[in-house]
Amino acid sequence: MSVLYIVVPLALVIVAAAIGAFVWATRTGQFDDLSTPGVRVLFDDEPTRKPADQPDNDGNQ
Amino acid sequence: MRTEAPAEARCDHCSLPVPPGLFDPEADHQFCCAACATAYEVIHSCGLEQYYTLRQRLDDTPSAAMGAAASDHYDRYDDPAFHDLYVEASEDGLLCVELHVVGMHCAACVWLIEAVPGAAPGVVESRVDLGRSMVRLTWEPERIRLSKIARLIDSLGYPTQPTRGAALRALERREDRRLLILLAVAGAVAGNVMLIALALYGGSVRWLGGWMAPEHQLFFRWISAGLGVLAVAWPGGVFLRGALASLRVRRLHLDLPIALALVIGAAWGLANTIRDTGEIYFDSLTTVIFLLLIGRWIQRKQQRRAAGAVELLYRVTPTSVRLVRDGATEQVPIETLIPGAIVEVRAGETVPVDGVVVDGESDIDASTLTGESWPVRAAPGVNATAGGVNLRAPIRVRVEASGEDTRVGRLMRLVEESAQRRAPIVRLADAITGWFVGAVLILATLTAVAWLLIDPSRAVDNAVALLIVTCPCALGLATPLAVLVAIGRASRRGILIKGGDALERLARPGLVLLDKTGTLTLGKAALVRWEGDESIKPLVAALEAQVAHPIAAALVESIGAAGAHTIDHVEHTVGAGVAGHVDGRRLIIGSQAFVTSHVGALTEWTVGAIERCAAEALTPIVIAADGAPAAVAGLGDPIRDDAQPALDKLRAGGWRLGICSGDDPRVVRAVGARLGIDPADCIGAATPEDKLSRVREELHHGPVVMVGDGVNDAAALSAATVGIAVHGGAEVSLESADVACNAPGIAPIAELVAGATRTIHAIRRNLAASLFYNVVCATLAMTGVINPLIAAVLMPVSSVTVITLSFRARTFEPEA
Repeated sequence: MSVLYIVVPLALVIVAAAIGAFVWATRTGQFDDLSTPGVRVLFDDEPTRKPADQPDNDGNQ
Repeated sequence: MRTEAPAEARCDHCSLPVPPGLFDPEADHQFCCAACATAYEVIHSCGLEQYYTLRQRLDDTPSAAMGAAASDHYDRYDDPAFHDLYVEASEDGLLCVELHVVGMHCAACVWLIEAVPGAAPGVVESRVDLGRSMVRLTWEPERIRLSKIARLIDSLGYPTQPTRGAALRALERREDRRLLILLAVAGAVAGNVMLIALALYGGSVRWLGGWMAPEHQLFFRWISAGLGVLAVAWPGGVFLRGALASLRVRRLHLDLPIALALVIGAAWGLANTIRDTGEIYFDSLTTVIFLLLIGRWIQRKQQRRAAGAVELLYRVTPTSVRLVRDGATEQVPIETLIPGAIVEVRAGETVPVDGVVVDGESDIDASTLTGESWPVRAAPGVNATAGGVNLRAPIRVRVEASGEDTRVGRLMRLVEESAQRRAPIVRLADAITGWFVGAVLILATLTAVAWLLIDPSRAVDNAVALLIVTCPCALGLATPLAVLVAIGRASRRGILIKGGDALERLARPGLVLLDKTGTLTLGKAALVRWEGDESIKPLVAALEAQVAHPIAAALVESIGAAGAHTIDHVEHTVGAGVAGHVDGRRLIIGSQAFVTSHVGALTEWTVGAIERCAAEALTPIVIAADGAPAAVAGLGDPIRDDAQPALDKLRAGGWRLGICSGDDPRVVRAVGARLGIDPADCIGAATPEDKLSRVREELHHGPVVMVGDGVNDAAALSAATVGIAVHGGAEVSLESADVACNAPGIAPIAELVAGATRTIHAIRRNLAASLFYNVVCATLAMTGVINPLIAAVLMPVSSVTVITLSFRARTFEPEA
């Protein structure tokens, strides 16, 4: 069962990584709002582009 | 070749001018931006074209002035004062603000509010937080003004309001995040220690065939010791610091036994690990930390903040005014006003200052400030107070006081003071905690002493076991969980409870003080009584429709739209009445004196009818047709339909009722009499300060629940044990109350009180359950039969019991 000496520390490293990921996610504000992202997935596509940035496509500029 | 957009081309969705680049002469509809085109398309494809026709109809009515005033409201968004208060500047020259959005509730709303402003040039980002009904806007100040963005959002049907300073919120957010990280660490450690504990327990049950090599056992013990110490030192640090603070102020706090258990348990567990003998309690310790932090986190979500006076004032009065100088008007910030200056207030606008009317005649609706149901006449020489709404015609006012020196400014300072002065309640859990902490400490000492006499080798083990198993995690969860569930259910019933402690404050019945105008009554004049000829009603409405006067408007609205009538010879005598010919019949409508002067003495029946109106505190209007009195109309502020049943329920629950209103005492007593309230408890003509002192006085005798809707109630609302703002109330009253009703009427108040009682019962059940587990554990530990396995099982079982009880409690469910 000496494999335990490798597997258990390995598990702890994975836990540490998970905690690290969670801390990063929290610090970047990903848990600040838990309700809006849930409805945001329902939007079909990216928000429309800004008219100012839109190339004029009727060619009469 | 490009066609120039006609100057009047307006977006078919938001009515903003169409930029020339986007004008399409071929299209049926014009849009100012791609997002509007999409919004228009979406609204059409959903069959909601009615939105546009409805909007148009509103624009065409005479209330267009009101509409203009509403959008004027956004001018202040560009004020430097506004920016100081709410706007945050970021490093690259961008500005950022968080606005509260009214009426946002679904995915489509989120989409509209993010996509539409996001597509306007100059707006960097529009980000919605649905849970808090907020939108965070980031924009380039050189390219677009905030007022324009706000109008854009408003044009979609979502009015916005500024919210508290961003700095404070950023601080809170940081604190939220910190606690969330601690929670995550505690959870991860607890889960892993539990896994290891499972191996250790399994390995020790020899009759199941379990067996573990001593070196593996030692390895596992060291790992859980490492994780356990980490949990105690990092997430557990919250409790250690809390305990230190409670020692410093010499008060027993729940953190004290927790910290003691954590420190002694960890130290003893570590010692046993090093000695490789005896029990280690790290599985229980880490679970305790995790569960307790969950309780803390829930509790944090329920805290409420009181708003400051400056900010409240901001919600009542405009920040820029139209200054009259040399006959011309110019828009200036309110801070620059000095007493003696003349300002113009147009119809539909809010009076920005305290002063005297010098020019113009109008009616001012000051009902939210004074509680008077009728608008006040404004004419040269009459005082005007900041916060009233000018209803009819432009007036000019000479400034006497502005900003915080106005009456309403002083009132807002009172609101802030009352909120700060309010005594914190002793929460049920805190009351128990004192006893609990004392008992645990005494029992632990007793156990140690007793076992020293019986078997010294087990004394420390048993005392430590006692400290750990009695660790109050179910106790820490009991109150916050029950309150959390109740608040969630109440909000679905249209009752928004802002502070977690509001429910506990309602535990003991006391006095319910009700505001009259807008709370018990609808808050606007209507026809309540009609005696006499019913057939002339449409004629009355037709004639009164010719007159711009609050009484006339109330009559027209109550009777309903008049059909086609020929009307001529209309003579309106201000402050008395109106006479005219309708369909050939001569009608005289007005006060008793006015009608008498036209038709001579009134009949006995008419006088009787007038007296009956006066007895109910209604304003009598006499109607004479063709030279003879025909009917008497009693006008008043009708009592809400749901008032009586709601008050009956409150009475049945042991509450005393009282009215405290700014309106005429006779009217207040009449309303009280109709609702069966003791005339001694019906107080009229109360200034906002009177209301506040009444609440403070009654607080000596017991809990006071204040129910109101206006700015004049705000100070009383924040001073009362619990302040409840009814639906449709002024923003300031919503801000200063503990509970805001989102459903019309006062039925929600009875429901709130009943729900609060059931919540208290749920809290008590939770506390009883957790104390029961603690007594069992303490007994086992003292008798020395506890072992880590029993502790590890009992701990989560007690918490699960509390959680189940909380979610099954029928606090705010509809009555079956």
